[in-house]
Amino acid sequence: MLRKKEKQIVAAFEHRAGDEIGEQETFGVLMRRMLRENKLAAVSLLVIILMFLCMALAPMLTSYGETDMDLLNRLQPPSGAHLLGTDEGGRDVLTRLLYGSRVSLMVGIVPTLLSMVLGALLGVVAGYRGGLTDTVIMRLADVVLAFPSMLLAMVIMYTLGGGLFNVFLTLTLMNWGSVARIARSETLRLKESEYVEAARSIGVSGWNIIRRHILPNCLPTLIVLFTLNVPAAILTESSLSFLGLGIQPPSASWGLMVNTGRQYLYNAPWLSFAPSAAIMVAVLSFNFLGDGLRDVLDPRQRKQ
Amino acid sequence: MEEKTLIVEDLCAGFPTLRGEVCVLDHVSLEVAKGKITGLVGESGCGKSMTARAVMNLIRFPGRVTSGRILLEGQDLGSMGKKERRMLQGQEISMIFQDPMTSLNPVMKVGKQVDETVLLHEHVTRDEAKKRTLEMFEAAGVPDPERRYHCYPHQLSGGLRQRVMIAMAMICRPKLLIADEPTTALDVTVEAQILDLMKEMSRKGTGILLISHNLGVIAQVCDDAYVMYAGKIAEQADICTLFDHPAHPYTKGLLSAVSSLRNGCETLKTIPGNVPDLSRLPAGCCFSPRCDCCRQECKEKAPEMREIGPGHSVRCFAAEGVTAE
Repeated sequence: MLRKKEKQIVAAFEHRAGDEIGEQETFGVLMRRMLRENKLAAVSLLVIILMFLCMALAPMLTSYGETDMDLLNRLQPPSGAHLLGTDEGGRDVLTRLLYGSRVSLMVGIVPTLLSMVLGALLGVVAGYRGGLTDTVIMRLADVVLAFPSMLLAMVIMYTLGGGLFNVFLTLTLMNWGSVARIARSETLRLKESEYVEAARSIGVSGWNIIRRHILPNCLPTLIVLFTLNVPAAILTESSLSFLGLGIQPPSASWGLMVNTGRQYLYNAPWLSFAPSAAIMVAVLSFNFLGDGLRDVLDPRQRKQ
Repeated sequence: MEEKTLIVEDLCAGFPTLRGEVCVLDHVSLEVAKGKITGLVGESGCGKSMTARAVMNLIRFPGRVTSGRILLEGQDLGSMGKKERRMLQGQEISMIFQDPMTSLNPVMKVGKQVDETVLLHEHVTRDEAKKRTLEMFEAAGVPDPERRYHCYPHQLSGGLRQRVMIAMAMICRPKLLIADEPTTALDVTVEAQILDLMKEMSRKGTGILLISHNLGVIAQVCDDAYVMYAGKIAEQADICTLFDHPAHPYTKGLLSAVSSLRNGCETLKTIPGNVPDLSRLPAGCCFSPRCDCCRQECKEKAPEMREIGPGHSVRCFAAEGVTAE
C-alpha cells in the first residue's frame, strides 16, 4: 500500500519535472495545442479554411455565372432554385457571394500583409536607429495618418482609377503608418532591454539584432494588429466600392453587395443580409484566430 | 611582471547636461591581470557599471567617453573602427549582466542564443555551433544540456539562466570577462556555485573584472580589488591588504558596515550622508563631507592617488601605509 503511494508520488514528480522543461516546441506542436485548448480558435480556423475553399471552388459550387442576368426573376426571395434569392438584376445571390469572397478576402489579407511588412520594417528601423532616420520615417507616417483616411483613399483611387490592384495599393499606403507607429514604440521598449544590450555586448550587428531579437518580440503585437486590420480593410474596400471608386460592378464584392442591397432593404432584405453575415463571420473568425495565435506564439504567456 | 589583460588609463566619461558636463568617471585607471579576478567595489551610482559599459562600448547616448585609453592586451580599443571593435566583443571580451531574468531574449531558445555568439565570431556550421554550445553548457554546469538547449528562458530557473549567460559569455574563450554583479539576483547557494565557476574560468587564463557591492563576494573570489567612490578610484590593493589594512576612510567605513555575528548585535554601522551629486562635487576631496578624519587640507584640494605600500595605493591625505612586520 505504502509502496504504491510512494510510486505515485515519484511518478507525479517526474511528470512535473517533464512539464517544467516542456516538449520541443515546434510550430506544429504549438498549433496543435492551440487547436486543442482553444475551441473558438479551432472553429475559426475551420471557418476560414472553408471560406478559402469556397473561394477557390466557386465555379464548381454553383451552376450560375457571376454576372448572369435573369430579368424575369429579379428580387426573388430564397428558394430551391436560388438558395439565397436573386438581386435586382436577377443574378443569384449565393453565386455572387462566392465570387465576391474572392475580392473581399483578398482585399482583407493582401494589403494588410503588405502594410504590416512595410510598416513593421520602417517602424522597427526608425525606433532602432533613432535620430534623423526616425524623424524622416515617422514624419512621413504622420503625414499619412494626418489625412482623413477615407479622403486619402478617395484621392488615390480617383487618380489611379478603380480595380483590384489599385485597391491593394491604396489600402497598403493607408495602413502602414499606424503599424509603423506601433512597431516603433515596441522597438523603443525592446531596444532598452537587457537582452538586446547583451546581444550588442557579444558584437551582434544592428541588422541582426533587429531581425533576431526585436522583430520576433514584436510579433505577438503585430499578429493581433493583423487580425484587427483585416476586417478594417474589408470594410474600407466596401466603402470605396460604394462610392464607385473600388471594385466596379458588375463584378461582386461583399461590401458592394451590401451597398446595392441597401436600396431594396424593405422588399428584399436578403440582398444585404447574406453579404453582411458573410462579412461578420469572416471578421469574427480572423479576430478569434488572432487571439488564439497570440496566446500560443508568445512564450511569455505560455503555461505549462 | 605579470601579464595584464586589461589596462584602463585615465578613463573619463560624462553626460552633457544643462548644468554642464557631469563627469561620471573621473580619471579611472585600473588593471586586470591575466588569470586573476579583480574586484571593483563601491556604492550604487559610483561608476562601477559605467566603467564596465565603457569597456564594452555600451554607454548609452548621450553619455560618452571623453578621454582616456582602454587597452586589451596592448590593443587600444578606442582607436579601433566600429566594426573591428564589434568583432572583438563576444570573442575577446564579454560580459555577464546583472539580471539573468531579463538578459535573455524571451522568444528565442536559449541554445540558439548561445549559438549566435559562435556563429558570429567563428566560421562554423550550425551543427558545430550546437555541439560547442552543448559542451559549454556542460562546462557551465547546466544539467541535461541537450534538453535545456531547446528551452525558452522562462522555463529555466534564475541560476540556470545565469549559467546560460556565462556559457554565452565564455563560449569563444574570451581573454577578458566583465561580470557586472553576476550574483545579485540569485540566492546564496546558487551564488556560491556561480562564483566557483568563475574562479575555475580564471584558472584557465581568463582575466575577470568582477563588479559588486557585496564585499563578501569580493573577499571570497578576488585577487585584487579597487574601491570606487564618486567616479574615482579611492583605493587599490590586493585583497588581503584591503581587508586587513584598509587605508581610505571610505573603505574602512564600507568594511565596518558589513554586519557580522561575531561583533555582537549592535546597531548596524553606516557611513553618514549620501553619495554626492556628481554635478555638484565638493571642493577638495569628494569624500570629505562624510569623512571622520577630514582635515582642513581635505576641503581645499583634492588628493591624488599615492602609493603607501607595495601594490597599495590610496586617494587620501590621511592614510598611512602599514609598516612591514
